[in-house]
This record gives sequence, structure tokens and C-alpha cells, in this order.
Amino acid sequence: MAKTLLKVEDLNVYYGSIHAIKGISFEVNEGEIVTLIGANGAGKSTSLNTVAGLLKPKTGSIVFKDKNLVGIPAHKIVKQGMALCPEGRRVFLQLSVKENLEMGAYTRPGREVADSIEMVYDLFPRLKERYKQVAGTLSGGEQQMLAMGRALMSKPELMMLDEPSMGLAPILVDQIFDIIKNLHAHGTTILLVEQNARKALAIADRAYVLETGKIVNSGSGKELLSDDSVKKAYLGG
Amino acid sequence: MLNYLISGISLGSVYAIIALGYTMVYGIAKMLNFAHGDVIMVGGYAAFCAGTYFGWPAPVAVVFSMCICTILGILIEKLAYKPLRNATSLAVLITAIGVSYFLQNMALIIWTSNPKAFPNMANFIPSIIVGDITISSTTIITIIASVIIMIALTLFTSKTKMGKAMRAVSEDKGAAQLMGINVNATISTTFAIGSGLAAIAGVLLCSAYPNLVPTTGSMPGIKAFTAAVLGGIGSIPGAMLGGILLGVLEKFAQAYISTQLSDAIVFAALIIVLIVKPSGLLGKKIQEKV
Ligand SMILES: Nc1ncnc2c1ncn2[C@@H]1O[C@H](COP(=O)(O)OP(=O)(O)O)[C@@H](O)[C@H]1O
Ligand SMILES: [Mg+2]
Repeated sequence: MAKTLLKVEDLNVYYGSIHAIKGISFEVNEGEIVTLIGANGAGKSTSLNTVAGLLKPKTGSIVFKDKNLVGIPAHKIVKQGMALCPEGRRVFLQLSVKENLEMGAYTRPGREVADSIEMVYDLFPRLKERYKQVAGTLSGGEQQMLAMGRALMSKPELMMLDEPSMGLAPILVDQIFDIIKNLHAHGTTILLVEQNARKALAIADRAYVLETGKIVNSGSGKELLSDDSVKKAYLGG
Repeated sequence: MLNYLISGISLGSVYAIIALGYTMVYGIAKMLNFAHGDVIMVGGYAAFCAGTYFGWPAPVAVVFSMCICTILGILIEKLAYKPLRNATSLAVLITAIGVSYFLQNMALIIWTSNPKAFPNMANFIPSIIVGDITISSTTIITIIASVIIMIALTLFTSKTKMGKAMRAVSEDKGAAQLMGINVNATISTTFAIGSGLAAIAGVLLCSAYPNLVPTTGSMPGIKAFTAAVLGGIGSIPGAMLGGILLGVLEKFAQAYISTQLSDAIVFAALIIVLIVKPSGLLGKKIQEKV
């Protein structure tokens, strides 16, 4: 039985008076790919942002490697071994590709950075070709690769990805999913949020279905792929 | 003619150093620190006390003044602006104006409104005389100081880890936090640097115009803000260019048009530039996020 890496319990998150996350619980075990699927506005990004410390939950606990993260500021959470590749990429458009990667390694000692950059270049040769360019001049797919590479620079044990395939051409979507599988094969645990439910479920060990801030269904990726309600709502019938 | 150009560049260099402070803080914290001009005044008084009352040599007085202003800048940020990190920009602006008056009134209580005769602290090299033109030692020091500061800041933001983190924070605070960057500490550092520069500007300004009063910083503060906007707020070379252009324009306007109207002319120039190029001379195009 694999160790539990992340355990979220009875999480409630508000935006002012809007109750966005209504008491959800989920967990991610070491070595798994877990996916959260759900319609637009279901609360997927809010969940990830709360785990990463960008949002404060009203109640609930977020335990990562046996340590409660609630109340720890976002900039200290990276060091615990968790990285979030946020929705919409959010690369630093005015920084160069290389500088973006350096920022990803902000919490790590300077002497280790060069090696990690080479590792990311191996994974994304396109980034190497463009290392001097400012990120604002990259295409959408390249920016997504940069965002993922940047998140990898902290050497996370848990990588959270928020809609990495959003807005990309089908061929690039396949490439992004290949990279996720590749990262996973190299030992990174993955928590994936996707609008592309079919692809996400296909690679996931386990999945949770989120609906207006509540988890309404969960199971293995395979189970949910053949679940009637999931098919109807998220897989186009 | 050449005389006016030189005194314009000299005045402009002081504006440039102040403008660099505005631009750094605006670029990273996205706020206009309207009290920046008054930090200059405090820097002037700190150096004055160190030099005249304590009898310290000029370099020590300058360093002392920089320490005072750096601490002041950090305190202002902590006490006045940090609680408003998520407030509307109008609330922050009003607070900044409040801080500005607070500093002026504190100076009024401590040092009264009687002008203090500031001892020149920027005349430790000989003047240069070329034909019938004399370039004063203060002018030379001022220009050299501004160039060194600009180069140092450029290297700092482009080469150091902290400098790059500042640029990251300036673009996206949330994403910067996800990298492990302490946004509050970064903003604090920015205020510290801007205020340390304000102290230098204060010493240079008072060395050239030795009448030190509690409102000494306000007009140069506003002009330097104008310079920062003219050059493109957020841009380091822009602040430098804007400052020097503004100083030269002001001196020429005083010499050839009218002393009374010179300020109006300076602001008219700003308005024209902003109509033609809203982001300022060297300002970055505002990038739409996709
Ligand atoms: N910054 C915000 N302020 C107020 N409400 C928000 C904010 N961000 C998201 N919401 C609301 O919270 C709910 C969940 O949003 P989100 O987590 O972004 O959903 P998803 O990522 O699943 O599309 C939605 O109803 C959305 O409108
Ligand atoms: Mg989302």
C-alpha cells in the first residue's frame, strides 16, 4: 500500500461570501496520477490554489507528508516539495525563458540550478532553443512547456497541474499528456485538473468529480470512464 | 546656452535619482509612493544633523542619511502600505498623501520652518573650467552619481537573484509566490532601495540648493514623478532619460521663457508626450495577458 502524500479533509473555501469549496476531502498517494474533473466553475482551480497556499481555507486540513499546511504562506510551501503549474500558465512574460526557469528554482541552492535547467531542456528541447527569448514571445504551447518546466525546477515530489492543455492544438495536447506520463514514469506524483476529462481519466490512477464545490463521484480512472453519469456530463454522451 | 544645458543636466540627474525610486516602487509594488519626495527631505535633514550638529565628515553623514531613509522607507511600507495590499489604489494613494503630510509635519516639529543652511557635501573634487564655462564640483558629482546608480540598478535587476525576483513579483505576485518568492520581503527591499536612493538625492539636491525646509522634497518629488512618467514608469533607463530631459527643459524654460512659467511648461511637455505615447518615452507596451 502506497504512502499517502497529500490528504485534504473537509476543506471549505470562500471568496468573500461566495462558498466556492464545500467540505471536500481527497487524497493523493505516492506515485499516483490523480485527476480532478468537473465543469467550468466547479472549484477545481480553487482547490489547487488552496492546497498551494494562495488561498486560505475557512476550515479543513491539508496534510502533505504528515505536515499540516494550513496557515503556511504560499512561498514556504514550495520548499515542502510541492509545485503548482497554475491555470493560464502565468509564466513571467517579461523574463527570459532561462530566467523563468531560474525563478522556478528560487528556493534551491544556486549550484544545483544549472543541472536542473539542463534536465528541463532535455525534456523540452524547444525551451533550449529559445532560452534567451522573453517568455512573452513564445507560442501558447511553448509557454505551457515553460510553465511546466518552471514548476519542475523546484524538484517537486507532488506536481499539481491546472488545465495544462487549455487552449492548445490537439497535437500539442497529446504532447503535454505524453510529458505528464513521462514525469510520472520518472517518479513524480501528479495531481491533474483537466477540462479534457477523457484524456485525464485515461492516464489517471484515480479520479474525483467536482460539482459546484462538492465531490460527487470518485473511483479509478477506468471506472469513471465507463460511468454513465460521467459519460453523460463530461465525455459527451 | 551651454551653461543652462549643464545646470539642466545636473538638476535632471537629481530628478533622475528620485525618479528611479518612484519607478522601482511603482514597477514592483504597483503603487505611487507620493511620500517619496518627503523621504528626500528627511534624508537632507539627517545628513544636515550628522554634518552640522554631530560634526561628522561628509561621507559618514551620507551613509548615516541613507541608513535613516532606508529604515524610514521600510517602516512606511510596513505601517502604512502593507495593511492596504489588497485595498483599492485610491485608498493607497490617499494614504501616501497622508504619509507625505505626516513626514512634513514631523519635520516642522523637529526642525521648525526656519531654513537650515545645508553644508555642501558634494564638492570634494575640483571644478572643471573649460574656456569661460565652469562646471562645478557639485554638478560633476551629481551627474556621476546618477549614472553609477542607474548602471548599478540595471545590473541588479537583470543579474541578481533578488533583482530577477523583483521583476517576477512586478508581473505576477501569485505566480511569484508559487516559485517560493517572499513577496512581502521583496516589496520591502524595493522600498529600502528606493529610500536609500532618496537619501542620496536629498544630499545632492541640498548641496546644490542649500536652503533646507520641511517642504524641500515636495516639488522635486512631484517633478521626479513627472520624469518617471515621462520616461515610462517602471523603466529604469526611462526614469534616467525623463529626469534629465525634465531638468534641461526646466532650466531652458527658466532662462529663455519665464521663471514663473517654467513649471507649467514642464508639465505641458509631460501632457504632450503622454498624448503621443501614453506609456511614456521608454515605457513598455502594456501587454495583454492571454
Ligand atoms: N477570485 C474570485 N472571486 C470570486 N469568486 C471566484 C473567484 N475565483 C473563482 N470564483 C468562483 O468560485 C467558483 C469556483 O471557481 P474555480 O475554482 O475557478 O472553478 P474551475 O477551476 O473548476 O473552473 C466559481 O463559481 C467561480 O465563479
Ligand atoms: Mg479552473
